[in-house]
Order: sequence, then structure tokens, then C-alpha cells
Amino acid sequence: MIDTPTVDWAALSPYLALLGGASVVLLGAVLLKRGRNAFGATVGALSLLGAGAAAIVLYTLDEEGTGILADAVRRDRLGDLSQVIVAAVGLLAVLVAYREPSREERRSEQYALILSAVGGMAFFVAANDLISLFLGLEWFSISLYVLCALGAERTTSLEASLKYLVIGGFSSAILLFGGALAFGATGEVGFAEIGAAAQSADRLLLVAGLAMLLVGLAFKASAAPFHMWTPDVYEGAPTPVTAFMAAATKVAALVLTLRFLTVAFPGEAELWTITLGVVATASLAWGNLAALVQQNVKRLLAYSSISHAGFLLAAVAAGNELGGEALLYYLIPYAALSIGSFAVVAARERELARPVTIDALAGFGWERPFHGAAMAVFMIGFIGLPPTGIFLGKFYAFSALYDRGWIWLMVIGAVFTAVSIYYYLGVVRAMYLRPRLAAAAAGGSPPRDLLLDVAIVGALVVGVGSFFAADPLIDVIEGAVELLPYPF
Amino acid sequence: MLSSFLVFVPIVGALLVWLLPWRGNQAGGIALLVVLAELALWVGVVANFDYAAPGLHYDTTAVWFESLGVSYKVGLYDFSLWLVGLTVGVAAAAITYGLWVGRERPRAYFGLMLLLTGATVGVFAAQDLLLFYVFFELMLVPLYVLIGVWGGARRSLATIKFVIYTMAGSLLMLVAIVALGLTSGTFDMTRIGTSSSLVMFLGFAIAFGVKAPVWPLHGWLPDAYREAPPELSAVLSGVISKTAAYGFLRIAIPFFPEPVDDMRVTILVLASIGLVYGSLLAFRQPDFRGVVAYSSLAQMCLITIGLFAVTDSGLNGALFLMVTHGLVSAALFLLAACVEQRTGTGELAQLGGMAKGRPVLASMLITAGVIALAVPGSSAFAAEFLVLNGIFPRGWGWSVVGAIGIVLAAMYMLRAISATLHGDRGPAVRELQRDLRPVELGAILPLVAVLLLLSFWPAGITDHSFGGSPAASVTSRFEGP
Repeated sequence: MIDTPTVDWAALSPYLALLGGASVVLLGAVLLKRGRNAFGATVGALSLLGAGAAAIVLYTLDEEGTGILADAVRRDRLGDLSQVIVAAVGLLAVLVAYREPSREERRSEQYALILSAVGGMAFFVAANDLISLFLGLEWFSISLYVLCALGAERTTSLEASLKYLVIGGFSSAILLFGGALAFGATGEVGFAEIGAAAQSADRLLLVAGLAMLLVGLAFKASAAPFHMWTPDVYEGAPTPVTAFMAAATKVAALVLTLRFLTVAFPGEAELWTITLGVVATASLAWGNLAALVQQNVKRLLAYSSISHAGFLLAAVAAGNELGGEALLYYLIPYAALSIGSFAVVAARERELARPVTIDALAGFGWERPFHGAAMAVFMIGFIGLPPTGIFLGKFYAFSALYDRGWIWLMVIGAVFTAVSIYYYLGVVRAMYLRPRLAAAAAGGSPPRDLLLDVAIVGALVVGVGSFFAADPLIDVIEGAVELLPYPF
Repeated sequence: MLSSFLVFVPIVGALLVWLLPWRGNQAGGIALLVVLAELALWVGVVANFDYAAPGLHYDTTAVWFESLGVSYKVGLYDFSLWLVGLTVGVAAAAITYGLWVGRERPRAYFGLMLLLTGATVGVFAAQDLLLFYVFFELMLVPLYVLIGVWGGARRSLATIKFVIYTMAGSLLMLVAIVALGLTSGTFDMTRIGTSSSLVMFLGFAIAFGVKAPVWPLHGWLPDAYREAPPELSAVLSGVISKTAAYGFLRIAIPFFPEPVDDMRVTILVLASIGLVYGSLLAFRQPDFRGVVAYSSLAQMCLITIGLFAVTDSGLNGALFLMVTHGLVSAALFLLAACVEQRTGTGELAQLGGMAKGRPVLASMLITAGVIALAVPGSSAFAAEFLVLNGIFPRGWGWSVVGAIGIVLAAMYMLRAISATLHGDRGPAVRELQRDLRPVELGAILPLVAVLLLLSFWPAGITDHSFGGSPAASVTSRFEGP
């Protein structure tokens, strides 16, 4: 007999809901003759709701958190909260994807893959040792590689998928190698055990491992200078997939970065905070400057996501509890705004049946009042103007940096936010200030898409609601991040 | 609660205008009703205000962001009451004028005007630094769209310049706000102590200096004032610029006494240069709106001089000049709009002789213009006298520069008035062009009437502000001696 660890099935319920849902969707694809799309979307939405609800219940039940699966994964409030965010993003993505034009036989796959990717991310954010970190990373990454290729009729979609696969595989290899070095230095795989053993470890090996692990995580968070894949992949992937990736991957990668660095490398805190500060600066600079010259709206949003990765990493780089709160808080409106803005792009794309450029948005605000106003709110929100939560997120990140004494990074953030006004308002300018596009739509009025509109409303509610209801949200966030051992 | 009502009546009005399916002129009518209701509310507050009690009135506090000490806190001081009144009055005039001219896409237009009004009242009422910043930034959004969509031919450049100038300034202010709030442990403006940090002071001062604008941060001003729809120029120069002066008065000066002392000479030199430079450029402008725009720059510099004197007379004069100049420049921009609408041009060379056969237009323009150039007996004279008197103890030279500015004001205003009204009929002026219509008069006359009232009774404002002792009130950060 082999001793098997006791399995806490209740703590695993979010993963089980997601994997179970994915299996049911795939079974439906085989067994059902008609209505696969509706079936897949319904089951997908239900299991995402179920996973989110399970995570909420787990959050309320237990404050301290426990190790599950022989301590490979940690069920705690940070993980629960991140799982709720990721599941909500997945839910909105399902709504956006419902009417995405694609081949009938790929309909079910898209839902199954979204569920599986959410499952992978849910696992990733709760990872408690290097092995589950790598497993979670590969689990959601492989789902995303395939999702990117779902628009296989278009070569850009295939190109995006291939590019993501090759560069993603490369970065996974670096991350794995870094993990091996860290293991070699300390003889441990658990995060907390690495932290404890670091004192007596070979520092060169350990720091080399830390650096390579950071590269792998920065790649997933699309932080400069590891962001090269982002614009191409965001542009080429089907828009609902881009929406999902932009919002959810960032949540997963950054939450895990925060957990991993604070728990496993408290001794190297000076080193990794400064490194992250530099990476944040590079992301802010590169993302904002490159976005200035973009014509394709999806590419513009890709560079915008790089620049926001800079702000988010700045919060992690502060290395204090305020920084952890700032990160989690910022991620919520950021995820809402990015999925909402890609949803508007998806609607326009379906109407015009070609990629959405800035020119293609001329007069869009007057032509489609709801989508236009929503897009304007998203763009103005991304700048960090009230009333969306990004404003408070930036304020919170500034507060964390001030607490750390890093006024230089605050000033850099402020300066590049000023730069970002130009391109975000460029979108608003096109929508409202430029005359309507001649021969805009092929078929007159756009196809009605109630579910997509629901997703946009949801994004608006979360984006604006997080501004007004900041206090209850922060109470929840404090519960999630207060247990991490912050170095500063 | 009343302060919250003053802030949110226009904002809720804006939502009503946007979300309900009004047709044609209905949207503008609703907007006008909302702003008149707001005005009535303000009159009620003025009538019941206890001017003898120091400190904040009608304040409301609610938790917003507890972990960092940020709250939703609004309230009114006696001096901010007058600025709120200015905001609402000018907004009512501007909306009336917009309704008369008839703007395209009226729902969007009037909703944005209401949002702008609410955000501006919010700036004057906010008593939490972050809330102040929220309203300060929220003003930008409607301004951007209003200039960008309904502005003149070169509006695109004007909006970009305007937004990037002001945002660059105010983002540094956000950094300063975080620093000031976290070092004080609260963002509540009634509880924050003083700070001696020059860098933080500059973060605030530059943001307000851009918004006012104070020379040399005025690069956005000529384009924005010229390209905005005229009634919006009235709001911009009449009201929005005052939010910056209010920022100096409420934040930069009371919280940073030492940096203010250290930087006084520098700021006064810049403001003096701006006063003379703006006046000279106003004298050289080819068009009516250009004259008013640059005169606005000059007057904001004079207000800054009064504020940074930090003497009783200087502060009183600056506050009174804020209200007076707000009303004057709003009236002048609306009159310029009436002239432009009739003749199709604001070029002074194309105008002339408009007084003949248009007695109402002529009397309005002359009354407003004469007040603007600070004829003795006018409210502007009273205000400018107080400012010069207030800066005198800091060095007589400043008063001399101020006096030169007032002489120059007479030159540019008289030039603009006579080039428009007097002399031979200009090429763009036709006999058929009519006098002011009743609605136009309805927008402009109340502004001029209040100016005349204040000319007779400056004490109406100066005796009902700062609890009677401005310098002590600023030193005690408005909490009473």
C-alpha cells in the first residue's frame, strides 16, 4: 500500500467545479446534435458561477488558510479572492464569446478551454511549491495557446498562437530552470521552506534561480522587457480570448508573484523589490510610449496592458502590506475595464467584419450611444480619471510607494500617466470628435447581442462600483493579503 | 446634507438629461430648470448661513476609504459660499445662452454642462484632499468633450493642449496629496496640519498655476478660450479658473506657511510679469475673445498677487476679485458671442459702429466693460484697490506693478469696446443685425445686475467672508482663532 495524503475535497471544490464543467461541455459537444453553443455557454457560466461561489464560501469559512494536497497548494483567502476575480473574468468572457463568429464544431471547445484556463489560473494563484507553480502555469498556458488558435481561418490567429506557444514555452523553460536552481540551492520546493532554508543556501545559485523565476513570471504578466509577444498575440487572437487573457492572466501572474516573492524570498527582498521597480519603470515607459503610435485598437490596448502591468508591479515592488492591498484592489477595476473595452472592440469587429482601427471608430460614439459611452468610460478610466476604480488603484499604489519612500517611482508613474492621456483620449476623440465613417457597416444596424451588452454592463458596474464602494472591497482585500510576510 | 445636495443636484440632473429620451429643446429646458433649482437652493443657503460662527457649515462625512484615512467629506465655508454662487450663476447664464443658440446633440451637451457645474461645486465643497482631487479631475472630462465636440475649427489642438497641460500639473499634485495625506495620517482637510516641504508645496502650486493660469503656465489658454463654444469660455474663464485660485487659498497657502514665505517673491514676480504681459497681449489681440482671454490671464495673476500677500486686505480683495472677475468675464464672453453671432466674426477690424440702433447691446457691453477696467466705484475697483492695499506691506513695488496693470486694463478694454461699438460701421456690421433678444438679455442682465449690486455693496461679500479676519483665518486653516 502507498500512503496517500488526505484530500480536503471541500477546499478543492472550485477546481472540481471548473474541471467538471469543462468535461460536461465536451461531452455535450459529442452527444448533442444541435444547440451546442447554448449548452456550452450555459454549463460554462454555471460552473464559473459555482467555482466563484465555492471560493466565496471558502473565503468566509476560514481566515487562516490550510495547505491541501500535501501542502502543494495552499487554500487561503488570497487564493480564494483571486479565484473569484478570475472566475468573474471567465464569466464575462463566456458572455462575450457567445456570438463570436466561429465554426460550429469549435464552439464547445472555446467554453471548455476557458473553463480549463480558469481552473489552471485558480490552481496557479494558490500554488505553494515550485512544482504546483509550474503545473498551474502550464495548465492555463496550454489552454490559452489553443484558445488563441481558435480563429484558425485567419492566419493572424494561427500566428498569434504559434508565437505565444514558442515564446511561452521558452519562458516556461526559463522558469523551470530557475526553479531547479532554487531547489538546488536550498534543497526545498515549498515556498515557505525555501524562505527558511535560504540562510544557509548558496547565494549565487539562489539569486540566479530567483532571477530566472522572475523572468518567467514577468513574461506572463507581460511586463517590459518581456512583453514582445503581447501586441501580436492580443491582435491576432479572437477578441473574446484576448479580453480573457488580458484580464485574467494578469491577475494570476501578479498575485502569484506577490505570494511567491514575499513567502519564498524574504531574505532577498531588497534585491527583488528594486528589480521589480526597474521592470515597472520599463513597462510604464515602453507600454505608454509605444501605445502612442498604435492604429489598431487591440494593439493599443495591448500596450496599455503593458503599461498597467508597470503600475501593478510597482505596487508589488513596494514590498509592504499597502502594496499588497494596492495590487489586489487595482486588479479588480483593471480586469473589468480591460474585458469591457475588448468587448466593445469585439462588437465593432463583428459589425465591420474587419480589424478595428482608430479610424474605424470614427463617429462610433454617436452611432452606437451605449457602446460608445461605455468605451469612453473605459478609456477615461484607464487614464486614472474618476469615476472608476483605477483612479483609486493608482492612488493606492502611490500610497504604498510613498510608504516605502520611493518617490522617484511615484513621479515616473505620474509622468507616464500624463503620456497615456494622449492615446486613451485618441480613442475618445475618434469616437466623438471625428465625423462618422462613410460606409461604416455592411449591413446597417449591428446584430443585437444581449449577452455582450450584459458583459459590458457588468464591466461598467465593477469598474465604477469599485470606485464608490471602495471601503467594503478593501475590507475583503485586507482579509486576503494581511497574512503574507511582507519584508517592508 | 445641504452641501451634498448642492454638489449632486446638477450631477443627478446630468444623468436625467442623458438617460431619459428628451426631444429637441426639452433637454436644454430640463437642464435650465435643474440649474435654476440649484440656484434657489444656494440662495436658501446664503439666507440661512450663520456668518458669525467660524469653521465649516452644512458638512457631511461618510466613510469612503477607511484604511488610508480618506473620507467623503463636504461642507461650506463662508468664502466658498460665494464661489459656489458664482459657479451656479454663471452656469445658469451659460445654459440659457446655449439653449438660445441651440446646440447640436442637446442631450449630450446639456448633460455635460450640468456635470461640469456639479464637479465645480464639488471642488469648492470638498473637505477631503482626495475628494477635492476627484472633483478637480472630474471637471476635465466634460470640458474635454464640450470643447472637442462643440468647439471651433481648431478645437482638436486646443483640447489636447488643454488636457495635457492640466493633467501633467495635476498628476504631480496627486503625488503631493498622497505625501501630505500620509504624513498627516488623514486626508481630512480640516484636520491636516501644516507642512514645511517645499516640494509638496510646488506639487500643489504648479497644478493650480496651470489651471488658473499663472504666467508662464498659460500655454493652453488662448486656444482653449478661443475654440470653446462661447458660453463654455464664459464658464472656463469665469468659474474654472477660480477653482485654481480657490486651491491656492484653501490648500497651498494655509497648509504650507513656510514654503509660501520662501517662495513669495518668486511667485509675486511671476504673477507681476503675467499681469503686465497678459495686459499687453490683450491690448494687441485682433479679436474680442482674445482680448477677454488675455485679460483673464492678467486678472488671475492679480488675484494670485492678492492671495500670496496673505494680509487681510489682500485676501479679501482676492476673493472679491474672484467673484467680480468671474461675473465680468462671463458677461463679456457671452456678449462677444452675441456680437460674433450677428456679424459672423470677432475680428475687431471688421467691427465698429454697433452701438447705433442697438442700445441694449451697447449698454450691456459698456457696463460690463467699464466694470472690467475698474472704474472707481465699480466692484472691480473695490477689489483691485483691496489687493493693492494688501500687497503694499510686502513691498510698495508690487503695488506699482498692480497699478500699471490696472492702467493697462483701461487701455485694452476701451480699445475693444470702442472698436466694437463706436466709430464707423465696420465691414461685417449690417443694419439688419438686431439688438440683444430677450433671452440673450436674460442670460447677461442678471450677471451685470449682480455686478452693479456688488459695486454698491462690496461689503456684501467682504464682510461675510473669513469670519471677518482673513489672515488669521488662513493661518488657523479656517478653524477659527
